[in-house]
Amino acid sequence: MLIDPVKQTRILMGMPVTLEVVEAAATEPLFNEVFTYFQYVDEKFSTYKDQSEISRLNRGDLKFDELSEDLKLILGLAEQTRRESNGYFDIHHHGILDPSGIVKGWAIYNAAEILHKRDFKDFYVEAGGDVQACGKNTEGRRWRVGIRNPFNMDEIVKVLSVTDCGVATSGTYVRGQHIYDPKKGEDAQSDILSLTVIGPDVYEADRFATAAFAMGRSGIDFIEDLPGFEGYMIDKAKQATYTTGFGRHVLSDPIR
Amino acid sequence: MSRSRSSSSLDLNQAVKKFFLSAFVVFAFVAYAIHERLTNSSSASAAADQGAPGSSANAAASDPASSNPAPNSSSSGGAASASSSQAPAASSASSNASGYRDGTYTGPTIDVNYGLVQVQTTIQNGRIADVQFLQYPSDRRTSQRINSIAMPYLQQEAIQVQSANVDIISGATLTSEGFQMSLQSALASAH
Repeated sequence: MLIDPVKQTRILMGMPVTLEVVEAAATEPLFNEVFTYFQYVDEKFSTYKDQSEISRLNRGDLKFDELSEDLKLILGLAEQTRRESNGYFDIHHHGILDPSGIVKGWAIYNAAEILHKRDFKDFYVEAGGDVQACGKNTEGRRWRVGIRNPFNMDEIVKVLSVTDCGVATSGTYVRGQHIYDPKKGEDAQSDILSLTVIGPDVYEADRFATAAFAMGRSGIDFIEDLPGFEGYMIDKAKQATYTTGFGRHVLSDPIR
Repeated sequence: MSRSRSSSSLDLNQAVKKFFLSAFVVFAFVAYAIHERLTNSSSASAAADQGAPGSSANAAASDPASSNPAPNSSSSGGAASASSSQAPAASSASSNASGYRDGTYTGPTIDVNYGLVQVQTTIQNGRIADVQFLQYPSDRRTSQRINSIAMPYLQQEAIQVQSANVDIISGATLTSEGFQMSLQSALASAH
């Protein structure tokens, strides 16, 4: 009763994390539980925190059989993604493990599962531009997700209409060339600014968006070949290239 | 003799034909099996996830393994341990984000090596209602129109700014030290 619990944003894992729940049954403890989960993930997997489990592993303070189940799971999922992306997704950077490319989508997915287990159906969880959108929005429609303009962060260049799926974008415009190309041994230098992937859930969308972005221009071909995934790629010439089924997710009359 | 000879050569011909036909059938089956396997690995997880939002929430609650995204774990030999405890550590719940005074707060401009970052945050009812970028690095290099090799199935268009209302915005990660520093300062002044 203190605050309208419909939508809350907190800064967690170094980025804004937003939870919006349409159903009136959402209470303050629910929001707290979801945000506390992100805090837990951050404390375990942040390479910026000295005492996180991943930092301790990177320092050699932990042996593999001493790792938590969650960290072993993440390392396994990262390895699986590396194989599925022909090595383009790789958490080994300069001799240390940085699983942040897979942790975010995984954390958002698990946060959404917290709500599903409590029978919530209409909500979204968004963290740093990646989202799991479930059910309908407050107007009873599918969630409308805008793709941010990489040339102007105040603008959007596409409006998607989605439900029960994940949308994730990999790009360069905020952090510079922050996606590492393990094949070239240097930051991926391509003419691609942004690659948005729609997938069956945010975990899948996020990991393949990250992997495909590292592939440069051919990343959109990789997404095209993935069943159940669609992609929208924006290059430096302000041209967008998109997959065959992408149009199905585009809102036809965005201005109402 | 000649008849039997010609028939044996016919047999040989037929044997070769049979061999190639059966080889083709076996090859087609193998190709189909591989295709099925590849297709299923993605569609299976899609199906599982589509089931999750619905009535299967209770079933998922009693089965911790099913709640973790571990697609292909059955087919790929499962490097991932599926029996993870994904439940958050219930302790250490801190009442972060609350206790701010209402208003709009602007952080300092932070110079990151690829540009300047400045963040403004709006506090409503003691909570962060909005985070805006006043300054951010953007790639201003004008580049020539890059002619890509025509790809038959992919489509292209020039990006167009939309003026629609949206619920959510998807974009590259808003994580950067500059963002965090500017934001933390803006929030610090909200106390």
